[in-house]
Amino acid sequence: MKLLTHNLLSSHVRGVGPRGFPLRLQATEVRINNVEFNPDFVARMIPKVEWEVLLEAADHLHLIEVPKGPIQGYEQDETFLRKMHHVLLEVEVLEGTLQCPESGRMFPISRGIPNMLLSSEETET
Amino acid sequence: MAFCSRRRRPEVGGPPELYYDKSEALKYMRNSRMIDIQTKMASRALELLDLPEDQPCYLLDIGCGTGLSGDYLSDEGHCWVGIDISVAMLDAALDRNTDGDLLLGDMGQGIPFKPGSFDGCISISAVQWLCNANKKSDIPAKRLYCFFSSLYSVLARGARAVLQLYPENTEQLELITTQAIKAGFTGGVVVDYPNSTKAKKFYLCLFSGPSTCLPKGLNEIKEEEESKESTFTNERPFYLSAHSLSPARVPYKIARRGLVRKSRKWVLEKKNRCRRQGQEVRPDTKYTGRKRKPRF
Repeated sequence: MKLLTHNLLSSHVRGVGPRGFPLRLQATEVRINNVEFNPDFVARMIPKVEWEVLLEAADHLHLIEVPKGPIQGYEQDETFLRKMHHVLLEVEVLEGTLQCPESGRMFPISRGIPNMLLSSEETET
Repeated sequence: MAFCSRRRRPEVGGPPELYYDKSEALKYMRNSRMIDIQTKMASRALELLDLPEDQPCYLLDIGCGTGLSGDYLSDEGHCWVGIDISVAMLDAALDRNTDGDLLLGDMGQGIPFKPGSFDGCISISAVQWLCNANKKSDIPAKRLYCFFSSLYSVLARGARAVLQLYPENTEQLELITTQAIKAGFTGGVVVDYPNSTKAKKFYLCLFSGPSTCLPKGLNEIKEEEESKESTFTNERPFYLSAHSLSPARVPYKIARRGLVRKSRKWVLEKKNRCRRQGQEVRPDTKYTGRKRKPRF
């Protein structure tokens, strides 16, 4: 799971609603992948990023050189975009858990795939 | 993802997480025909999404399976996240090293993302699975509504969702579209190649923003009747061409009645039918269906 996905992922346990964000990330295994750098895409995703959540996750994974927030004219700033590209798309959590902040429900991550399946008692339907 | 060729409707047999096992996943990796069809449908779905040109988008692939449709999205320069309920299919996707991020999840339980996350959504042959209840507690209409309402929320304003599906019958398609409209979507069903049994494909095109004009279904010959068949109006949930033949065209069985086999008329009728189904047919000439000299 990439940190970009973690930054958008929200819990959908019954009754949680918008309070299901952000999921608390606990990682036991992390891998760095090489992903082709696409400056346009990274620049488009910057406004969607929740910085507090990203910084907390990056801090937990002991990542260095994480920008503290969007800077003026970031669309043209390649060093900034490259750093963001690395944090958002290249860092991949392979093993660990995600925890719903409201209900405390744990979602395990195995082989990089978060298991978001709920039991029938936990769903809205 | 489902295929109707091998067994008629895999949905009837049980839940998707059991149907898509290791052997089924292997097919999606090895069978070149299946791969070809999946890729073609993904390309058509992306075309119907009508994304702004030369802009890399963040897309959602529901029922991503082994990531065949996602690969097409990556090739087109988009970034994607895939959701699937089958562990075997996702494992196969990992083995294939797909670019997208994968999630194990049930679309009937809702899409677990923040509002406005995605620029678009595609789904290839997945949504019809929601119409079957595999547990006593499953209510198809409720699960469909949960799926569509969460999908509506995770899409950015004005974004589209194109869901290719194999509806079992008219009622099923109506059930799906009704729930989509209830969740706030506008749009309708685009039917590609409505005259062919094999090539016919249903694409449910949903708009979360103001409704723009619905694209036309693909067809070899452009008749007026056909263009009507794939349009959508808000007065009726959808206009299905599947079982209603246009009055201008005579049903196949009646047209064939009284025709002498291998006669010129019979050949011309058959060629016309093939043309309607979108197959490649040689043009009609004075030589079409002519008698050959008797040879000894």
